[in-house]
Amino acid sequence: MVKELTIFESLFKSNKWIWLFGWLFHMGMLLVLLRHLRYFTDPVWWWVQLIQPFGKYASILMLVGLAGLLARRIVVDRVRYISAPSDYLMLLLIIGIGATGVLMTFVTNADIITLKDYLLGLMVFDIRTLPTDPILLVHLFMVIVLMAIFPISKLLHAPGVFFSPTRNQVDNPRERRHVAAWAIKLESSE
Amino acid sequence: MAKVEFATPELKEYPIIPKLQKDAMAHSSPFVAKEQFQTPLGYPGELVENWKEVAIKRMGELTEKYRSLQVFLDSCVKCGACTDKCHYYLGTTDPKNMPVARQDLFRKVYRRYYTLAGKLVPKLVGAEDLTEEVLDDWYTYFHQCSQCRRCSVYCPYGIDTAEISMAAREVMDSIGKGQKYCNEIIGKAQTLGNNLGLPEPALADTLEGLEEDVEDETGVAVKFPLDVKGADILLITPSADFFAEPHIDGLIGYAKVFHEAGASWTLSSYASEAANFGMFIGSYENMRTLALRIRQAALDLGVKRIVFGECGHAWRVAYSFLNTLAGPFDFLDPNYPVPQHICEYTHDLIQKNVIKFDKSENDHMTLTYHDSCNVARASRMGDEPGGQFTIPRDIIKATCNNFYDMPEHAIKEGTYCCGGGGGLLTDDLIELRVKGALPRMEALKHVTENNGVTHMAAICAICKSQFSKIFPYYDFSLDQVVSVHQLVSNAIVLTQEDSGDTDESKESDDVEAA
Repeated sequence: MVKELTIFESLFKSNKWIWLFGWLFHMGMLLVLLRHLRYFTDPVWWWVQLIQPFGKYASILMLVGLAGLLARRIVVDRVRYISAPSDYLMLLLIIGIGATGVLMTFVTNADIITLKDYLLGLMVFDIRTLPTDPILLVHLFMVIVLMAIFPISKLLHAPGVFFSPTRNQVDNPRERRHVAAWAIKLESSE
Repeated sequence: MAKVEFATPELKEYPIIPKLQKDAMAHSSPFVAKEQFQTPLGYPGELVENWKEVAIKRMGELTEKYRSLQVFLDSCVKCGACTDKCHYYLGTTDPKNMPVARQDLFRKVYRRYYTLAGKLVPKLVGAEDLTEEVLDDWYTYFHQCSQCRRCSVYCPYGIDTAEISMAAREVMDSIGKGQKYCNEIIGKAQTLGNNLGLPEPALADTLEGLEEDVEDETGVAVKFPLDVKGADILLITPSADFFAEPHIDGLIGYAKVFHEAGASWTLSSYASEAANFGMFIGSYENMRTLALRIRQAALDLGVKRIVFGECGHAWRVAYSFLNTLAGPFDFLDPNYPVPQHICEYTHDLIQKNVIKFDKSENDHMTLTYHDSCNVARASRMGDEPGGQFTIPRDIIKATCNNFYDMPEHAIKEGTYCCGGGGGLLTDDLIELRVKGALPRMEALKHVTENNGVTHMAAICAICKSQFSKIFPYYDFSLDQVVSVHQLVSNAIVLTQEDSGDTDESKESDDVEAA
């Protein structure tokens, strides 16, 4: 299970291209998200401080991974066959978030100080001034859309992986009886 | 059904992922079960009038019952990792035989009726109403899945198509659209005790004939006991072992091993079947009815241990579910796992030097080994993870001089199904069976050409029947598949004069075996 989560073991066995792009995207995103903690903490935790430069460049790798995944979905006939519109939209949405983020990091700097003040305010239920850079607003809007669809979309695979019986069950059926509640009823009805 | 003409796929030097050909296998579906095979299993005799409602309701019941099913339906991200992993896709090129596409036939209906996004924006998320076309697709393509679980190995979430195809079959059974082959067989096993419908006298006769044959050939009176009360070991083996080739040579092998170990053992005429087709149709109730026969036989005969013969899905049911379905087995000897596989039993005797082999008896063959899907990916042998791979190979290597494995992607956890598993071993699906065997045939051809392999050993009744049927399509000969215990039978050195009760001392050395 740990290997599944950290190095995507099954995917590696399966297909090196999906693995490469998928892993770049997910690990890039992890670093980027951790980096973002600095906007929510005051004072900023030392390790968040430490990963700032890594998080910045990880965003590029994340975009490379996403672009690769999107390209596969369009180019490989098998993957194209199984894709629904939502599969493309989801990728585009995350690419949008990533791209606007990269823009603000490397091209035009947004008013981070006001933003941080606003976010820290939110955490104590106090609405303060939100900076009005258009790119930042687009970035934030797409994040909100993402958060809104998270619980009803395939993005739920994130917690879902922990519940997969093929990965989390203990191999001991000869030593232990595993009888489901509904199956016990079957036995006692005799 | 009219006989379908089809071309056997060409064997390539190395595996190639084929391009999609829509509806390439849309014409292939098995005979539908008539009323006489449906009602004994508790299913309606024909398609019920309000089948849509019933099907959708049953779907909901199953996702509530099986956490696995719901997780598998919910967590797919359509990454495409599984798309080239199914032997039926590789052999037929039909896109609906890609595991994810097969799942989606069921998933799109689940989404439509049981998820918020599917209820609100079905088109956007690929959700679809249950229609007659969808039902036809279900019947066609959920009978093109052998439930071998190869795709689940490569899925980042471990999504198991087998589980979904079992659920789909259960839904179809519950609306009156069952498959003849499986349901007829389950009916026979539930009334007569085995899939072939062999009654006790016929079985007794067969076993007697075997005793004579073996004594003629070896000069040793190896016994094939039936319904012996008070025997130590109850052997449960697939009924194909009683008459089919090469299965029967495996059965002779088990008998010789028991003989040489001086073990007291018996077959049962009440539970004369290891196979449990209840699993193929995803029916816990039918699976349980069959499993309870084994418990009953063990109680009636007063045995101390249960050992299973060579059968793939039977070992899955035995290893993974028997204790759950028909346990607890607290009336058996606690020193042994319940149940044990015949390979575990033989392997153990080899380790203890109780049985010896003359490997040269198998020198006319160069062997490879076909990991049966259910043994490889849905069960285990021995105490260590991976025992299901090492134990049969150890036995083969102990009994013959020439052994080579097929390429790594085609063995062990990556093994390809024979093409006939999961309740598809029927002549009305012969095209599917031939095409589905393609990846295994390519791997076999590889070792045939590179290592001079002449025979392939297997430990599954379905695999053995399937290969002896489809080998000729690929220019192999049908006798090139052998039972693992056939190799044991050929090479074992018989030192014990009489069978059974005379030599108890040897068996007692074996008590710690596990």
